[in-house]
Amino acid sequence: MTAWQLRIAGVSKSFGGFKALSGIDVEIAPGERVGLIGPNGSGKTTLMSCIAGSLRINGGSIAFEGKEISGLPAYQRTRLGIARTYQLPQPFRSMTVLENLIVPLEYVAHRGSLHTTDTRAEAMQILERIGLTDKAGTVSTHLTQIDLRKLELARAMAARPRMLIADEAMAGLSSVEVEDVLGILWKLNESGITVVMIEHIMKAVMRFSQRVLCLDAGKLICAGTPEAVVADPDVQRAYLGA
Amino acid sequence: MSPRLKSYWVGAAAVVALGILAVATVRNEYFFFASYIVLQFVVLATAWNILGGYAGYVNFGTGAFFGAGVYTAVVLINLFGAPLLVQILAAAAVSGTLGFATGMLTLRLRGIFYSIATVAVAIIIETLIVNWRYVGGSTGIQILRPPVMPPFESYTKMLFLAMVLLAVAATAIARFIETSWIGRGLRAIRDSEIAAEGCGVPTLKLKLFACTVSGALMGAAGAPLAMYQSFIEPVSAFSLNYSVSALAMPMIGGTSHWIGPVIGAILLGSIQQIVMVTISNEINVLVVGVLLVLFVVGAPSGIVGLARALMRKRVGRKAA
Amino acid sequence: MFAWELLAEAVLFGLLVGCFYAAVSVGLSISLGLLDVPQVAHPAFLVVGSYGTYLLGRHGWDPLLAGIALAPVFFVVGILVYRFYYETFEKRGEDTGVRGLAFFFGIAFIVEVLLILAFGVDQRSVDAPYIGASVALGDVRIPIRLLVAFGTALLLTGGLALYLAKTFTGRAIKAVAQDGVALRLMGANPVRIKQWAFGIATGVTAIAGAMLIVVGPVDPNLDRVYIGRTFCVVVLAGLGSMGGTLVAGLVLGVTESIVLTMFGASWAPAVAFGLLLLMLGVRPQGLFGR
Repeated sequence: MTAWQLRIAGVSKSFGGFKALSGIDVEIAPGERVGLIGPNGSGKTTLMSCIAGSLRINGGSIAFEGKEISGLPAYQRTRLGIARTYQLPQPFRSMTVLENLIVPLEYVAHRGSLHTTDTRAEAMQILERIGLTDKAGTVSTHLTQIDLRKLELARAMAARPRMLIADEAMAGLSSVEVEDVLGILWKLNESGITVVMIEHIMKAVMRFSQRVLCLDAGKLICAGTPEAVVADPDVQRAYLGA
Repeated sequence: MSPRLKSYWVGAAAVVALGILAVATVRNEYFFFASYIVLQFVVLATAWNILGGYAGYVNFGTGAFFGAGVYTAVVLINLFGAPLLVQILAAAAVSGTLGFATGMLTLRLRGIFYSIATVAVAIIIETLIVNWRYVGGSTGIQILRPPVMPPFESYTKMLFLAMVLLAVAATAIARFIETSWIGRGLRAIRDSEIAAEGCGVPTLKLKLFACTVSGALMGAAGAPLAMYQSFIEPVSAFSLNYSVSALAMPMIGGTSHWIGPVIGAILLGSIQQIVMVTISNEINVLVVGVLLVLFVVGAPSGIVGLARALMRKRVGRKAA
Repeated sequence: MFAWELLAEAVLFGLLVGCFYAAVSVGLSISLGLLDVPQVAHPAFLVVGSYGTYLLGRHGWDPLLAGIALAPVFFVVGILVYRFYYETFEKRGEDTGVRGLAFFFGIAFIVEVLLILAFGVDQRSVDAPYIGASVALGDVRIPIRLLVAFGTALLLTGGLALYLAKTFTGRAIKAVAQDGVALRLMGANPVRIKQWAFGIATGVTAIAGAMLIVVGPVDPNLDRVYIGRTFCVVVLAGLGSMGGTLVAGLVLGVTESIVLTMFGASWAPAVAFGLLLLMLGVRPQGLFGR
């Protein structure tokens, strides 16, 4: 049995002539807390999209829990245990907060049997854990930014993931709200879920991550403990310029 | 069985009973003629809405799927003298396959490509039929109908009742899709396809399912026309009016609920009959077009939406 | 021996007509390809341009001049239509795909019916010194009106391509297609630019409509034929590619011409659509698409 949960080997991705990712090699252990940093345009979201399946890679391989997933459509990867939240929240606009959660519950957690009553109760439980119970009946378009982010996380949780990719879940939030979201991610990790966090808020990344990866111009330029990565000259050069 | 489902079936049974009563008592042939057309539109509008309203993919070529059903029936009658039920099932199979194929080709792309592909399919199917001698080509073909079976006195009455049953079947299917996990998945796809995939929804499979069911129902709606009219030619079988109406009726009636297309079909279908008889065919298309644009711009949730808004106001006033 | 002369003639006519197809589609290339507007009423506007040219022709106007005169009117109409579309659909964001499509579909129908009511279903044509005459190229006689259409189309497509590549507004239009947010940060208003672009797309269509009635008689149902041709060209080219529009037009023109020569006229309407479906299945991003 291998030690890694997710293995990315030699992954590359191009958009026409533009090379977004080249030769990325990363292994992530089960239950790990990983922070992914890098200047804008370095390929962080692209890499996460390739893992989650909304983008197809052009080269290399991605394996999750021993299984090669780079050829699978996104929904199958979700069913295998990879969940993902988006930089710009993508709620199901015509549905209430509760109904938003029922979708992943029906399509992932309870694929074999579909009983609406169970899923409603389970959805309410998830809303309790995340602090959105009073918004259960609100149509998702009427939510505040922080509640939208929480909904994204709740939806990801409803899919019973073993790995969660949080793409800038805290961007644009106040420090109190950042703490709120960070707390949710901590609790999820404590229950055994691997969390990969893309963030620009350095304090959050430093406190949360066991290991930090830094991307620049599509290449992995540094990996290690948060302190080591932040002190690395290549990383500083990438952020501040030569 | 949930109370709502019970009330649906009670209503459906009542409609069928009314249909049988009409066949037994009503003498006016025009009543059956007009009702047949309206019921046909109920099926077409409901079928359109399964893909258009629930999944968000706009079919511009309903006429093709309908016409393919008509001509499937024509071929079966001429080849085997097949009974109506076989014609309907075969027509559903043919148009369902057509829907599936159109979907396979375009559902991975943006919505507008699906819509343009439906126009392409419509023209290509019509061109094929026009060039096919066996079904009469552009001049059309006469159907030799076997004598009508008892207890029916005329084809008009028998096919009217067949259409009543088809309409009930179509709405039952639509209602099932809408209220089930399939419908929730389709709504998720319509709201955000990427997020739906991220929630484990097999988007392509569900979209293909909706495409196929929608096409199949459109074909089924066309099959009885062969025996109804006894003379079939491509221009009327593939009439653009089917495509425009099948789109306008749900958009006017309301796309979020299965009753929307029914309301739209009855309303618009009746208006069309009146306009065509009293004014002209062209004005009819103009009226449909204008109503479509008005509702799309002014009342995007259709009549169902307006009714809901009205009820919310009433509840609000009561609570106040 | 295989009729090479027949084939060569078909190719020649195909190229002439193909360039015309490109000009007819370039407005759609902008509105759908660059601005993401589901302009399915584009062929309807095209036919309106033809009828406008017909009306002016009845007062003695030369069709090309009529087209040029109609262009500013269409430009304004385009701006108004885009403004309306933006305010009603794009801004609100919900369910825009279906409603936007249904809106333009409805507009196309209203336009077609109004044309039928105003002009009847009979064909209309215009007169000009270059219509009716033809010039000899070896054994082949080429109708001059085709050459006129070809020349105008070339100027139109070339001019538009240059405009988009060289002028500030032109490049802003291409930029807004790629990243409206960045454009806003640069101080330009994306909505006004899109509005302007849609106006140009519609204005150009007026001239294309004039050429349409030069090339042959028109009737109100012609928009159905041209919905196939214009979307075929735009899909073949790849959304957002102006130069590709010209190449795609030529491909369609030549293919249609060859099919017409070999199989007869009753299969011609299916060529554009068949090519369109083929492209969607094999290479949906088109020949030059991004």
